[in-house]
Amino acid sequence: MTSFGAVVPAGSRKGSEDIAVRVENVSKRFRLYHERNQSLKAAMLRGGRAKYDNFWALKDVSLEVPAGSTFGLIGQNGSGKSTLLKCMARILRPDAGTIDVRGKMSALLELGAGFHPELSGRENVYLNGSILGLSRKQIDGKFEEIVEFAGLSKFIDTPVKNYSSGMYVRLGFSVAINVDPDVLLVDEVLAVGDENFQRKCSEKFAELRDSGKTIVLVSHGLDTVRTMCEKAAWLEGGVLKDAGTPAALIDKYVETTHVDRVATQGGGSRWGSGEIVVTKIELLDGDGNPTLWVHTGDSATLRFHYLAREKVKRPVLGFGIHNLDGVHATGVNSREAVAPESVEGAGYIDFVAPRMPLTAGSYDVTVAIVDENNLHTFDFQTKAMRFDVGRGTPSEAEGVFAIDGLWKFE
Amino acid sequence: MTVVAEVARSRELLGNLVQRELRGKYKRSTLGWAWSMINPLALALMYTFVFSFVFRAGSPVGAHGLKSFPLYLLIGLLPFNFLANGINGSMGALVANANLVKKVYFPREILIIAQVLSWDVSLLIEYGVLSVVLLVMGNLVIPFLPLVLLLIVAETLFVIGIGLALSVLNVYFRDVQHFVAIFLQLWLYATPIIYTYSFFRDHVLAVPVPGKVPTHHVWNHEWLLWLYKVNPMVGFSNSYHALMYNLRFPVWTDLVWPVVASFLTLAVGVRVFRKLEPRLAEEL
Repeated sequence: MTSFGAVVPAGSRKGSEDIAVRVENVSKRFRLYHERNQSLKAAMLRGGRAKYDNFWALKDVSLEVPAGSTFGLIGQNGSGKSTLLKCMARILRPDAGTIDVRGKMSALLELGAGFHPELSGRENVYLNGSILGLSRKQIDGKFEEIVEFAGLSKFIDTPVKNYSSGMYVRLGFSVAINVDPDVLLVDEVLAVGDENFQRKCSEKFAELRDSGKTIVLVSHGLDTVRTMCEKAAWLEGGVLKDAGTPAALIDKYVETTHVDRVATQGGGSRWGSGEIVVTKIELLDGDGNPTLWVHTGDSATLRFHYLAREKVKRPVLGFGIHNLDGVHATGVNSREAVAPESVEGAGYIDFVAPRMPLTAGSYDVTVAIVDENNLHTFDFQTKAMRFDVGRGTPSEAEGVFAIDGLWKFE
Repeated sequence: MTVVAEVARSRELLGNLVQRELRGKYKRSTLGWAWSMINPLALALMYTFVFSFVFRAGSPVGAHGLKSFPLYLLIGLLPFNFLANGINGSMGALVANANLVKKVYFPREILIIAQVLSWDVSLLIEYGVLSVVLLVMGNLVIPFLPLVLLLIVAETLFVIGIGLALSVLNVYFRDVQHFVAIFLQLWLYATPIIYTYSFFRDHVLAVPVPGKVPTHHVWNHEWLLWLYKVNPMVGFSNSYHALMYNLRFPVWTDLVWPVVASFLTLAVGVRVFRKLEPRLAEEL
């Protein structure tokens, strides 16, 4: 089985006191019930409890999280990364193997779990704090900080049932983050509250990281893992596929998983009169080889194959690019390009981007062929193709676009 | 004894959970804590009406000629209600806190213990008020109260033991709670609360007592009485009655067996809970 002690390079392997979380040969089995029976009658009729299939959510996973590091767990839905986190948090018990966590642990799995709706914010801070392992004295000392961080000073004596969901989550986050753990386990809860609160959260995480705390982070947001983590592990189907530095690991991860891309294409819609249609869209790398994967700053070409079933006068091809959040990144068309008077039969039109300006992520291409005056639509396809952009130059660009330009220090 | 150590470490959480239970219980009700008194009082009134006026059962005679069916009844009924509430509360505790169990780690026994302790608080308040009434009626219960407290501690262990076992079983089979509801009804009648122990012994079981001519010859078997007393609540109830109603030291078997049974029950409860607890987060 795959086993990666390699999270800490084997050669410079440090003593066990430098490992914050040690996961050894952990397997976790879930029971998938065919027909759940929670009544004795049903149980007796079947002679025993319900029949079930075993589902191994984790299979012989071993890894080590170095103390003081920020560690990312990546993988697709159902890969077992959340299960592993819950095992670390001792919420689930592994069926085989052991997990050692050194120091005080706090898990951010669900914010405000255990809040009592009838109790006030103040009472719930104490209650939740003690659930997370803080003593009354410790909470007394942090109370102001917690309330201020959540931005709820005015409402702290109001029953939490009257809180908005945002306030609820903010208070939950604020308590959990102020537990001052040695090891913090986080499951995709970074995206809570408004922008202002998110910024505060990121700062708090950075602060914890800088003060030498260990953070284990489960995320779908590859960017989060890339920017925040020093180490990462990649789970697939309950098995540890690989571990290492996030940049290399994520590139490998995206490269492997985007193979499924072609199969998962579709989901878009298509209309138009059909005299001329786009039959295929290809992404070509700088060497002209088809790919689904380019890097920011690399040369790339979008090749639109078309088939004109009859002679079409001055068609205009346009395409748009959206990221997966639906943000319209760009949209251009060939109206002003040098084009033949008419086209007929099969052929292709290239759009060459000398330096791919899109930042790392996945993108959908929408394509259309219309007449010269944009009055008639021959073919319109949304989400006609999806491609990935990997981190390139500049490697630390945020937003959808990396603006083309040069830095000059005088 | 890792259980004890872990629970001891979480005593602060335990305190907070008990507080949460207590605060949540009567929040938003106008009478608030008075409900804790009103419920047993209403029951006492009902039973008194039925037994004293309808069936014309005589009131048992206590110390200094105290004759009060309602007082006798409450002395036994309050600790029994504690048992029933504790067990019912425990069975709901895991399901009600499913969100917590699935998302945060802490020793899960705490939820059951907190539930039972919150009912302990109710019992103590109720017994406190009852003691005042007994004092007013001329029963000087004060010297006997320390022993009463010790008995309550033992009964608490008993209830926690049952609560631990039934709470996890209820997660796996939700109809456990329906069985238990029926069983608790039977249990009430199998315990000398609405009747006296001596009445049951002399008139129902008719166990021959040396120097006393039995009135009936229905079931004059000593072993039946023995069987009856296997129920630890018989001993508890007898002891509470002896200490608070009759102001005398209980028969030693009525003290020893309930205490022994409490520890045994607790041990079994902890075992069952530990056995079934690992999959709790998945099964809830």
